[in-house]
Amino acid sequence: MAEYAKIRIENLCKKWGKVVAIKDMNLSIEEGDFVTLLGPSGCGKTTTLRAIAGLEEPTGGKIYLNGKLVFSKEEEIVVPPAKRNLGLVFQSYALWPHMTVFENIAFGLKIKKLPKDEIRKMVFAVLGDVKLEGYEKRYPQELSGGQQQRIAIARMIINRPDIYLLDEPLSNLDAKLRVDMRAELKELHQKSGATTVYVTHDQVEAMTMSSKICIMKDGIIHQVGSPEEVYRKPADLFVADFISNPKMNFFEAAVTTENNKRVINAAGFKLKIGPEMLGPEEKVKVAVRPEDFVITDNGTEYTVVNQLPAGSSSIVIAGRGGEKISLLFEGNFKVAVGSKLRLSVKEGLFNLFNLKTGKRIY
Amino acid sequence: MSEAAVKKRPGILFLRRLLRNLKLPQKIMGIILFVLLVLFVLLPAINLFYTAFSFSYSDRVLPQVIERGIKAVPGRFTLVHLERVFFSPLTKNMFLIPLLNTLLITAGLTIVALSFGSVLAWIVVRTDLPGRKLIANLATIPYIIPAWPIALAWLNIFKNTKVGGTPGLFEYIFHMTPPDWMSYGPVPIIICLSLHYYSYSFITVSGALATIDSRLEETGELLGANKWQVMRKITLPLVLPSILSAFILTFSRGIGSFGTPAFLGMPVHFFTLSTQLYSNIKNNLGGDAYIIALVMILMSGLSIYMNVKVIGARKSFVTISGKGFKAKPVLLGKLKYVVLVLLIIFIILGVFTPLYVLTWQSLMEQDGNYSLSNFTLHFWTGKSDEVNKHGILIGEGQAGILRNPMILRGAWNSVRLALYAAFFTSFLGIIIGYAIVRDRGSRLSKLNDALSFAPYIFPGIAFGAVYLTMFARPFGPIPALYGTFAILVLVSVAKHVPYSSRTGTAAMMQVSKELEEAGELQGAGFLRRFFKIIFPLTRNGLVAGFMLSFITVMRELSLVVLLVTPSTKVLTTMIYYYAEIGFHQFGDAITMLVVIISLSGTIIIRRFQKTALGKEIGG
Ligand SMILES: Nc1ncnc2c1ncn2[C@@H]1O[C@H](COP(=O)(O)OP(=O)(O)OP(=O)(O)O)[C@@H](O)[C@H]1O
Ligand SMILES: [Mg+2]
Repeated sequence: MAEYAKIRIENLCKKWGKVVAIKDMNLSIEEGDFVTLLGPSGCGKTTTLRAIAGLEEPTGGKIYLNGKLVFSKEEEIVVPPAKRNLGLVFQSYALWPHMTVFENIAFGLKIKKLPKDEIRKMVFAVLGDVKLEGYEKRYPQELSGGQQQRIAIARMIINRPDIYLLDEPLSNLDAKLRVDMRAELKELHQKSGATTVYVTHDQVEAMTMSSKICIMKDGIIHQVGSPEEVYRKPADLFVADFISNPKMNFFEAAVTTENNKRVINAAGFKLKIGPEMLGPEEKVKVAVRPEDFVITDNGTEYTVVNQLPAGSSSIVIAGRGGEKISLLFEGNFKVAVGSKLRLSVKEGLFNLFNLKTGKRIY
Repeated sequence: MSEAAVKKRPGILFLRRLLRNLKLPQKIMGIILFVLLVLFVLLPAINLFYTAFSFSYSDRVLPQVIERGIKAVPGRFTLVHLERVFFSPLTKNMFLIPLLNTLLITAGLTIVALSFGSVLAWIVVRTDLPGRKLIANLATIPYIIPAWPIALAWLNIFKNTKVGGTPGLFEYIFHMTPPDWMSYGPVPIIICLSLHYYSYSFITVSGALATIDSRLEETGELLGANKWQVMRKITLPLVLPSILSAFILTFSRGIGSFGTPAFLGMPVHFFTLSTQLYSNIKNNLGGDAYIIALVMILMSGLSIYMNVKVIGARKSFVTISGKGFKAKPVLLGKLKYVVLVLLIIFIILGVFTPLYVLTWQSLMEQDGNYSLSNFTLHFWTGKSDEVNKHGILIGEGQAGILRNPMILRGAWNSVRLALYAAFFTSFLGIIIGYAIVRDRGSRLSKLNDALSFAPYIFPGIAFGAVYLTMFARPFGPIPALYGTFAILVLVSVAKHVPYSSRTGTAAMMQVSKELEEAGELQGAGFLRRFFKIIFPLTRNGLVAGFMLSFITVMRELSLVVLLVTPSTKVLTTMIYYYAEIGFHQFGDAITMLVVIISLSGTIIIRRFQKTALGKEIGG
């Protein structure tokens, strides 16, 4: 690994008047990483990407690419986008409607004044890479959404940038195509080895594709970590809630001592905790993922309220008193509404959060 | 690293930032634009104030100056013009009566044009009148051609022998002299202006009507309201903004109208502010004229301010909407034939008769003789030595307009002026669009936006007057421009800045920022991005804007009438000249020439707009 990070962002800020899009952001991305910026709409993902690309001038902070300072507010340094050796696929693709596919892809090469036949060779090679041979004479409007997206990628990779920036490239595609394209993008990343920053608000996309996920909200990074980390050890309530499908179950609870053992009694479930975790009587928020419940003989009794089959798995809503929880069962799980389920939480598979700060304790 | 060192030198940081900003194309354009706007909009406006409140060379002969023994040093501050216009024995004739006349005409025009235009719009859009599409198309013709040819046609028909000259068509047919109020003065002025300006209300209101969701009205009916109640309680409030906007548009245009009151008012000494301003300048009373110009600007500014207050900024511009309408039409029953006949009569009399009369008169050897034996093509194609059957030179030895070197020069000037103006206007349009849209939110962008809107509140004649004072003398690096062709181009471009700004920003908004940024990422410099990406994508809009400016400048009278000199005459000022001396056939022939050019230009625009619509530009 190189001694410097591929992309390093320090104390980055971006404001538009009173609107704060990025708040004091720090992020380090290593060579070859596939990092996903994940967060709800308006959290500043596009703005971050544009700041890295140099299309947006941040209002504070620093950005290093390959160890080189490309932006610094204090020193008034702004390296123009073209000199950052990166490629960007816009959310809208931004293909030029008055140019053919060939002209769109060849645009940057013509600026570099490469010989004509070399340009042709390169364009056709890239068209092969994105599986669009034979489309070079079409105009972007004459292509489907997925094809347009590939052209946008082709236009980016033909310049051989060492950083790919992708802004929700799959959001305009239908569900099936999206799954196919995920695989293709991942392949592309593996083949080229280019450091990739990928923006999405789809958590499944983030979990399946990235080596690192960066979860943002309101311009603030809540957690950076591998998919397993953000899944198993969410930094706070927001991350826990956001990285969950279906909805995460939250319960408020307090620590009690039973038979000299410290337990948390949450919605009828008894959760064992270690001695180091909490002080006595401390109130916490317990989070249990829908897939982390099991049916056991000595479990807590819940009544099935609703069932939402989803093909390979099934979501069950169950209630007990005022409490309602969602459950996720793999396979073809069928249960009648009104029937009783005895449930317990899988050993150790829950998280505890500080009630006030929302930070994870366990 | 060098942070500490850098912190000690804020000057260098400032310089870096400045240099970086100065490299941004939108900033460069914004600055260029700002300089241009200051030079050609702001300073002329300030200069107008200055001139209105200072002595000029010709002021030493003013009675107020002579009686009081004041030294009228040119350029020195004085309130004498203000006094003359507002507080002197002259006030009544020079200011009060023209003001009242202006208000009378504007009020009459607004009432007639607005109510007729709106009702017509309702009939055409919302009823089952047969042939309403055709009627709608025909009814927009007056929008395309200038206002003053209608006045000329009116004169041809209704002029009486009171001011000398030949009798009109009315007298020729009915052998009776039309009463004075019918020939000249407020009544014909209001009618003629209305015959043009109704089209503004018609277009605005029918656009609004066509976009109303008819379900709103149907709901009203379901709830038990009758047709009249629905109309009053639902339809009217929905189109009220557009009616108000048409109202204020007509009002501000009425204040500034020049050609029509000049042709139909001045011969009987019926003056409005605009014609008074004109005659003051012609009589070397510049200072007085500029005080009047200030009053006109104030009035027009006030009307636009009201508009902004009532409707919201910028909606006073006419918008032509081509949306289709599929609501259930109001059934007119038997009434529809009555309405149809009335409308056909209106179209024939109001839309076509002026054109027809002008053409006819341009084909008469002797003015006032409407018999077939009097027919001649001389005023179009005749040679200068052409004689009639009595051996007398036709047209006083002047060749027909298509052969007459002086008129051809005027035509050439007109076309040249329109081409230059349209070219610079479109070019400026891109700069304005780029500077305003791409730098949105910055102070410079807001300033440019406001400044580029400013010429809109200047009535044409006042704007011409402003340029007259400004560029009569050398000004900074700019030499004295009065009498040159350049000043005509300059004034036309400057006056149309609000329109070019609108087309420019609209065109630029269509090209999403990302399309340009994609080019930037590929390493394209600004010029390449401009010519390879922005220009091809805005071209259609700009071409339409180009043609629109071309037509508008082509038919402009009030703006240039004060600025032309014999060598820079254009067609419209020639028409004005021939109308003034009563040589109508020439004037009419030239008018028809202008009308034909305007109409063909419009057809070309429509073509381009269609292709522009066909090639939707997406991001
Ligand atoms: N040019 C701008 N002017 C003012 N505010 C802006 C501008 N661009 C973005 N914002 C604001 O900054 C915030 C972050 O926007 P950004 O586009 O980065 O969100 P995003 O995370 O990409 O959202 P999405 O998922 O919807 O694309 C939003 O609140 C947005 O309204
Ligand atoms: Mg976005």
